Amino acid sequence: MFLQQFVTGISVGGIYALLATGYSLIYSLLDFSNWAHGEFAMVGAYVAIVFSTMLNVPFVPAALAGIIGGAAISFLCERFAYRRIRKNGSPNMFLMIAAMGLSTVFQQAANLIFSGQYRSYPFKLPISTVHVANAYIGVLDLLSLVITAVILIGLVYMINKTQFGLNVRAIACNAPAAKVLGVKVDKSIASVFLLAGGLAGVAGILYGMKYNVFPTMGNVGLKAFISSVIGGLGSVPGAIVGALLLGVLETLVSGYISSSLRDFFSFALLIVLLLVKPSGLFGVEVQDKA
Amino acid sequence: MIELFNSANDAVCGFLGINSYLQGVIVMVCINVIAVLGMSVLTGFTRLFSFGNAGFMSIGAYTTAILAVQFKVNFLLAIIIGALFAGLVAYLLGSITLRLNGDYFLITCLGFGECVRVLFNYTKNLTGGSAGYPGIPPYSSMLFSVICAVIAFFVAWRFIHSKYGRNLTSIRENAMAAEAVGVNAYRTKRMSFTFSAIYAGWAGALYGGYLMYIVPSSFNLAKSCELITTTVIGGLGSLTGSVLGAIIVTVLPEVFRALANYRMLLYGIAVVMIIMFKPSGLYGYKEFSIKRIIAFFRNLGKKKAPQPVAASEQGEEAEKK
Repeated sequence: MFLQQFVTGISVGGIYALLATGYSLIYSLLDFSNWAHGEFAMVGAYVAIVFSTMLNVPFVPAALAGIIGGAAISFLCERFAYRRIRKNGSPNMFLMIAAMGLSTVFQQAANLIFSGQYRSYPFKLPISTVHVANAYIGVLDLLSLVITAVILIGLVYMINKTQFGLNVRAIACNAPAAKVLGVKVDKSIASVFLLAGGLAGVAGILYGMKYNVFPTMGNVGLKAFISSVIGGLGSVPGAIVGALLLGVLETLVSGYISSSLRDFFSFALLIVLLLVKPSGLFGVEVQDKA
Repeated sequence: MIELFNSANDAVCGFLGINSYLQGVIVMVCINVIAVLGMSVLTGFTRLFSFGNAGFMSIGAYTTAILAVQFKVNFLLAIIIGALFAGLVAYLLGSITLRLNGDYFLITCLGFGECVRVLFNYTKNLTGGSAGYPGIPPYSSMLFSVICAVIAFFVAWRFIHSKYGRNLTSIRENAMAAEAVGVNAYRTKRMSFTFSAIYAGWAGALYGGYLMYIVPSSFNLAKSCELITTTVIGGLGSLTGSVLGAIIVTVLPEVFRALANYRMLLYGIAVVMIIMFKPSGLYGYKEFSIKRIIAFFRNLGKKKAPQPVAASEQGEEAEKK
């Protein structure tokens, strides 16, 4: 029983992690929480739905289209909304409010175009279970776990070892200095949005396979946001650890205590952690600059 | 007491010829105006963002409802206690969270708001859980709501233009400089946070009295977001702008009933557009003043010459404030 809950928790946490890393990447560059990030996942999931149910495309191309859809919507948001607001010189809070507005726009647009009904992918999903040491573990959970692990390892490698990752870390550290040293700041930020949107697309499709696809599924972004705060805003490994912790905590609470109190525990964990260690588990100390 | 107000309300409405539909719209406008005024003091004048104000609204609404229904307390007293209780909770929460930096304070508020909602859903014996809390006496008549909104505006105006209000503005502009000249930033922020929570609780109490029925899910994160975005639309740093924003956001959907499905879509687009093209909101840092409007129309006629005159008039106004 415990093992079963644990694996489910890790697999849910993996989906949170795909989104949470997006929050962290964008926060580390621009110092704002992109609240429309959950909606990028929703858009990706719907693009995959359109391709698979309406155009009868097989699974892999449809999923790829979904990932590209998530990346595209994320890129467009940065190109046409966030970039302009940044150039206005408005405080960072304004970026967040704009993101809130965008999230409403996408959610309502999905509601109007696809109606509120729940949709599922027409693929034959591996719904069978594996019997390991007294526990029944869903193949879908394992599959999503493997996919997430591969992607996240690739992401961490990319941030730490490639030229692109170096640019991103330089901008996160000090954007004007990076610009002086020849890093193309706007281009790198746009690529990060593309990357984060693609990850969100993967998360959206996995979430849609596990549950269903519906217009308000972007609310899972809130959980991912909490994970990234728990891990420390702006830290990619922190976001992954935070997401796995949150996923396991949620499944254990709903399994052993009460499923209606699940969200209460997540938010209470968030508040307590912020009071004890405001910078999160892996975050850097924040300090006022004069 | 309720009968007294309601019959007075009937008399006024009969005299002015306001039908019950219009009364409902006016009550909702007043409720939103009060909640947004609280938000405006916190966000517009102190530059603190709270995603928990819907939580304070629900605390005010439930406290008032439980007092009025189970303990048969007079509704005026119940509203006052409900609002003050929301303020007390904010005072305690602010005492521990306001030392955190901007973003983290906002996140704890968000978590708090959601915690309150989930808790009210869970405590079925006290609050009726997700089925809602029925049977609240209908004390939010149009007359009463309008009186409340006017009092709320007057109090907020006096507060902002007092010594404490100026302290808030100094923190908005530069917290470090404000501390250097002797403003206790932490306590001033806490005062602003408590003030905004009292207003939110007040608005929540009126909301309960208007619908006679409350459910936790009407005070969700989306409601908090709506309050913030309304404040932004109205203008950060303008009380009259906030009132105008609240009126627009409440009345426009009623006018465009046919577009009801597109309401939230257009709302989101409007928020993004305002942030992109007019970040200071409708009114910016200015307050509504008849003098300026008269000056504007006078200048329209004369065109070129009087511009320096208008500038000096505005200067005088600023000095008077």
